[in-house]
Amino acid sequence: MLTYIIRRFIGAIAMLIIISMVTFGIFFVVPQWAGSSPEALASRYVGRAATEETVALVAERLGFNDPVIVQYGRFVKGIFVGAEYDYGAGVEQCPAPCFGYSFISGQPVWPDLLDRMPVTFSLAIGAAFLWVVGGVFVGVVSALRRGTLFDRLSMGTALAGVSLPIFFTGMVTLVVFSYGLGWTPPGGSWTDFTVNPGEWAYNLLLPWITLAFLFAATYARLTRAGMLETMGEDYIRTARAKGLRERDVVVKHGLRAALTPILTLFGIDFGLLIGGAVLTETTYTLPGLGQFAILAIRNQDLPQVMGVVLFAACFVVIASLVVDLLYAWVDPRVRLS
Amino acid sequence: MSFLDVKDLKIHFPTDDGLVRSVDGLTFSLERGRTLGIVGESGSGKSVTSLGILGLHKGGRAQISGEIWLDGEDLVSMPAEQVRGLRGKKMAMIFQDPLSSMHPYYTVGHQIIEAYRIHHDVSKQVARKHAIDLLGRVGIPEPARRVDSYPHEFSGGMRQRAMIAMALSCDPELLIADEPTTALDVTVQAQILDLMRDLQREFNSALIIITHDLGVVAELSDDILVMYAGKCVEYGTADDIFYRPEHPYTWGLLGSMPRLDREPTDRLLPIKGSPPSLINVPQGCAFHPRCPYSERTEGRASAEVPDLAPTERGHLVRCHLPRAERRELWENEIKPVLETQ
Amino acid sequence: MRRKSALAAAATAALALVLSACGGGGGGTQQQPAQSASGGAAQPVADAALTQVYNPSTKKGGTLKAAHSGDWDSLDPADTYYGYSFNFGRLYWRTLTMYKPGPGPEGNTVIPDLAESLGEPSSDGKSWTYKIKQGVKFEDGTPITSKDVAYAVARSFDKETFPHGPSYLNELLAWPEDFKGVYKTPDADYSSAVETPDDQTIVFKLKKPFASMDYVVQMPMTAPVPKDKDTGAKYREKVVSSGPYKFESNEIGKRFALVRNDQWDPATDPNRPALPDRIEVQLNVNADDLDNQLISGDIHLDIPGTGLQPAALGKVLPDPALKARTDNPVIPRLWFVSVIPEAPPLDNVECRKAVLWAADRVANQTAYGGPVAGGDIATNVMPPPVVGQEKFDLYQTPENKGDVEKAKQALAACGHPDGFETTMTYRAERPREKALAEAMQQALAKVNIKLTLKGFPASSYFSDYAGNVEYQKKNKIGLAGHGWGSDWPDGYGFMQAIVDSRTIRDAGNYNLSVKSDKVDSLIDQASGELDATARGKLWVDVDKAVMEDASILPVVWAKALLLRGEGVTNVAYNEGQSMYDYILLGVE
Repeated sequence: MLTYIIRRFIGAIAMLIIISMVTFGIFFVVPQWAGSSPEALASRYVGRAATEETVALVAERLGFNDPVIVQYGRFVKGIFVGAEYDYGAGVEQCPAPCFGYSFISGQPVWPDLLDRMPVTFSLAIGAAFLWVVGGVFVGVVSALRRGTLFDRLSMGTALAGVSLPIFFTGMVTLVVFSYGLGWTPPGGSWTDFTVNPGEWAYNLLLPWITLAFLFAATYARLTRAGMLETMGEDYIRTARAKGLRERDVVVKHGLRAALTPILTLFGIDFGLLIGGAVLTETTYTLPGLGQFAILAIRNQDLPQVMGVVLFAACFVVIASLVVDLLYAWVDPRVRLS
Repeated sequence: MSFLDVKDLKIHFPTDDGLVRSVDGLTFSLERGRTLGIVGESGSGKSVTSLGILGLHKGGRAQISGEIWLDGEDLVSMPAEQVRGLRGKKMAMIFQDPLSSMHPYYTVGHQIIEAYRIHHDVSKQVARKHAIDLLGRVGIPEPARRVDSYPHEFSGGMRQRAMIAMALSCDPELLIADEPTTALDVTVQAQILDLMRDLQREFNSALIIITHDLGVVAELSDDILVMYAGKCVEYGTADDIFYRPEHPYTWGLLGSMPRLDREPTDRLLPIKGSPPSLINVPQGCAFHPRCPYSERTEGRASAEVPDLAPTERGHLVRCHLPRAERRELWENEIKPVLETQ
Repeated sequence: MRRKSALAAAATAALALVLSACGGGGGGTQQQPAQSASGGAAQPVADAALTQVYNPSTKKGGTLKAAHSGDWDSLDPADTYYGYSFNFGRLYWRTLTMYKPGPGPEGNTVIPDLAESLGEPSSDGKSWTYKIKQGVKFEDGTPITSKDVAYAVARSFDKETFPHGPSYLNELLAWPEDFKGVYKTPDADYSSAVETPDDQTIVFKLKKPFASMDYVVQMPMTAPVPKDKDTGAKYREKVVSSGPYKFESNEIGKRFALVRNDQWDPATDPNRPALPDRIEVQLNVNADDLDNQLISGDIHLDIPGTGLQPAALGKVLPDPALKARTDNPVIPRLWFVSVIPEAPPLDNVECRKAVLWAADRVANQTAYGGPVAGGDIATNVMPPPVVGQEKFDLYQTPENKGDVEKAKQALAACGHPDGFETTMTYRAERPREKALAEAMQQALAKVNIKLTLKGFPASSYFSDYAGNVEYQKKNKIGLAGHGWGSDWPDGYGFMQAIVDSRTIRDAGNYNLSVKSDKVDSLIDQASGELDATARGKLWVDVDKAVMEDASILPVVWAKALLLRGEGVTNVAYNEGQSMYDYILLGVE
C-alpha cells in the first residue's frame, strides 16, 4: 500500500511539472508564434498611452528579455527556495513556496491563493453536502418508486438541472430571491466561517443550492440507475430473506453497493471544485479560487495563472488518489487485485 | 393440521404480455423433521413457491391467493411486517449461487451477525461468537479467522456452507433450500447434502429442497412434489416417486437423472421440447405437447385439465391416462429401460 | 522624436482645455434640455443629472456602496490612469488643482484644491509656482507641506515601479540627467524639476514654456505622499489620505472601505461635500449582477461609469420607471474600423473608399446596440464632445445604408471591379464588435468584398494581434474593429493616438491604419497653432484628411447609458470626468 501511494505521489509530481511547463509554454510560446516581442508582452502590463521607455522598463523588470527556459527556471526556483521582490522602496523576501508576484497588482500569489481557499472550500463543502444528500435521496426514492409521478418529475427536473448553465440559474436565483423577494443576500456577499458561522451559511445559501442543483441532478440520475441495478441483485433478496427491515435493505445493502461508482465521481467532482468553482464564483462574485483563475486569465497575469493552475491540479491529483484509496476501502474485491 | 400447510396457493404476475401463472393452485403439507423435495424444470414455479412462502415474491404487483399455514398461522393473510419478523427466524432460506447471493462488500461474518441480530437483541461480540460457532458447525476450518473473510475469498463449497450457516443462525423451524448444490462440483455436492441432512436431524426442522435434479432429493427427501407449469403433477413419498412413478413427466425426470458413469447429455428418456411459457400454458394437460402418450387419451389431453387424483395409497397424480395403463407403461416400458444401467 | 511629440501633446491638450473653459464651454455635450421640473424634487426623469444636480442634498451620513466589475490598475496616485480612478480618487487624495465639480460645461474648468490659487507662471513660462493652503493635514495629523507634493511628483517619475500612471510630468519637467527615481537614486537632487523653497511653496521647472500647467497638476501625480510612509509599489496597499476619506481596510482584488478622515478640514476644502460616513467598494463583481444590484438598490454606484451591460439594457429600456432613472450622455469615444493599407489591395485608396461606401452605417449602429445604448452614427473621426469638433460627411449614402454603385465605381478605379478578399479582426469577448464584423461582412459582400472574420482575446488584441505590426502584415489584416476614448476632450487628446503615423511602434498600437504624410503634417501644424479657434479648425482639417485617406471607417460616437443608484443624492454628470461626479454623491 505504501509503495502504491509513493508511486502515485511521484506520478503526481511529474504531472504537476508537465502542467506547469504547458501553462508556461502557452503563455510565452503562443504569442511568439504570433510574432510577439518582450515589449509586446510587457505592453499588457502598463497603463494606457505608456511610452516606449516605460514598456522597456517593465519588460526588463518582469524578466521578459530572458529566454523562456530561464524564466521557467526562475519560477521553479521560486517554488523551492523562494524569491525576492523589488518593490522600489525596498526588497521583499518571498519564502518558498513562492509562486511569484502578480504582474498587475504586485501582490505575492501564494498568500492570495491561501486566502481564497476558504471561500472555495466553503462553497464546495456545502454544495457537496446538499447535492450528495439531495441527489442520492431523490435517486433512491425514484428508483424505489419507478414510474410514479415522483420519479418522472424528479428525473425531469434532473434533466433540466444538468442542462441549465450556472450563469443562467445563478442570475435567475439572484434576481428572484435576492433582489425580488429579499430573502437572500445580494451577489458578492461573503463572511468567513470563523467570523460568524450563521452569516457564513446565509451568504452561501444561494450559491450552494444553485451549484448543488447542477450536481444533484447528475447524482440523482446515477443513483437511480445504480439502485435499479443493485435492488435486482440476488444479495438483496438474501437480505430480505433474513428478515431485514426494508429500510435497512435499501440503505445498508442496496445503497451501499450503488454508491461505489458515485463515490468515484464525487471524489473527482469535489477535487475539481476545490480547485475553483469558476462559474459559480464568477456569477455570485465570490472571492474564491475560481474567480481568481478567471481574473488571472483575463488579465494574462502569468504568476497568478501558474499559481492557480498548479493549485487546482494539486487538488485534482489528491482527490483522485483519495478516491482510489477509498475505492479499495469501499469495495473489498478491489483490494486483492 | 401439519406444521406447514399450503392450500391452493396461487401466485400470478400481471405483465404487459399477459398474466403469468407462476404457481397455480398448489397444495402440500410438511411436518417438523421431515423433508419435502420440490422438483421441476426451471420455470415450473418451484422457486416462486418458496419465495411465496417467505413472502418474497417480487414486487407489489404479484397476486397471491390461497393459504400458507405455518405452525397454525396463515402467512398469506398476515401483515407484511409480521411475516418479516418470521423471516430468517422461524423460516429461512438457502439460495443457489452464494457468490451473487451474499453481499460482496460485507464479510461473511458480518452477514451472519446481521442475520442473527435482526431477531436477537444481543451485542455484536455475542453475535460474533455465535457466527464463529455456526461456521464451525457447517464445517468451515479455522472459523475464527474466516469469519472476517469476504465472500469472494471463499471457495464455492465454503460459500455454500457459509450460506447455510447464515440461514441457520436463528434456528429456523422451516428451512428452504433453493438449488443448494447446483453451482457446486459433484463431490462437494455430496458433502453439502450430507451436511444438510445432519443439520436437519440436529435442529429437527422442516426442510424443503427445491431442485431440478431428482438425484439431489433422492436420499434426502421423505416426500417429493413434481411441478410442471405452475401445477403439481405428482406428489407422493420418495418411494412412490422413485419406485412407482405414474406421471410421464416424472418418468422423464427420472430418465434425465445424471449419473456418475454417464455423460450428462446422454439421457435415457429425454423429454422432448422445452417447458411451456407460463403466459400461454397449453390447453388441457399442460404437458400434453411433450407427452409421448397423449394420443392415448382420446383427445382429452388437449381439452381438459386433468385432476390431481389420488391412487389407492394416497399418492397423487395429475394425468388423463387410465391408472392401469400408467402402471403397465411403467412396469413394461419405462422401468426396464431405467434399470438397464 | 516621439517623446517630444508626447510632450507637445500634453501641452496643447491642456492649453486647449483652458481656452475652451474660458470660452464658456464650446464642447457642451448636452442637446436635450433638462426635463426635471424642479431641481429639488427627486422625481426620476431621464437625463435629469446631465444639466443639473439630481436629488440635491446636504444630508450627511450613511454608507455609499459602490462596485466595480473589474479592478483598479492601482489605488496609488502615482500609478493609476483610469478616468474613474481620477474621479473616485479625489475622495482620498487632494491635488494642487481639480476640475470644478458639478453638472454642465463648467465641469471642464479647473479650480484650486490643495493650492491657494491657480498657478503663477514665470514671465518666460518655464516655471510655475503654487502655494499650499494652511491647515491641510494627512490622515495622521501631519501637516501637508509643499515637500510632500514635490516628493509625490518625484516618486511618480519611476515608471518601472509605477508603469500605469501617465508620464506627462516625466516629459514636461527638467529632470536631472542622472535621475532614475527616488528609489534607485535616493540621494539625487531633483530641484531642477521641482523645488520647494519653503513648506508652502512648490515650483515646477519646465524644459520649455508651457501655458496650462493647472490642468496637468489636477492629475493625481501631485497628490501628496509622506516620504516616511512611502513603500514604493506596495504603497497602493495603504495609501495615506489627504482627502475627506481614509482607508479603513483594503483587500486587493476584492474590496476596500473608506471612512471619514477626521484630520480633513472642510474649511480648507469648499468643493467636497463629503456626505456619506462610509464608502464601501466591492471589486471584480460579475458585471451583469452589478447592474441588477444597481437596479434593485443593493449598490449605489457602478464605479467604471461606462454604462449598463447589454443584458440590463433589455430590462431597463422598456421599463418607464427604470428608464426615468437613466442618463444618456454622448461621451468622447469613437467606435471604429481601421482600414489598413498594409493589406493589398487596401494599399490603394480607392479600394479603401469602396469599403467606406459599401458599409451599412445603420446596420453598424445596430450592431453596437442602437441609438440609445450604442451611440449616434459617426460620420467622421472626432466625436461631438471634443472641443472644436465639426460634423461632416464625405461618404453620404441613401439613408446611411451604404451605396453599392459608388462602392463599385471605387472598386473599378482601384482595379478590382470584381471585388477582393481580406480579413477583419475583432475582440472575441465583445459581442458588439463581433456583431459589427458580421454586419460589415454582409454589407461588403454586396460588392464582392469577401471578409474572413477572426476574433482575438481582448487582453492581447493590441499587443499580439491587431495592434502588432508584424502580425498585421503577416496575416494580411485588412480591417480591425476597435475604439478610442480620449483623456482630454480636445483635438489633440482625441486624435493623436489614433491618426499620427509617428506613434506607431512594434506592438500595442491604437493607430492601426492611418499612415499619411498629409495627416502628420496637419497634426504638426495644429499642435503648433496657439490660437484656439484656428487650432480647432486645423483639427477638423486633420479629421477631413483622415476621412479622405479612407483609413478609418467611423462607426458610432458612443453614448453611455448610466443608471442613477436608488437612494443616491446629489447626482450630477460631470463633463470633465465623462461620468457622475463621485465627490458630490450622498445617500438618503
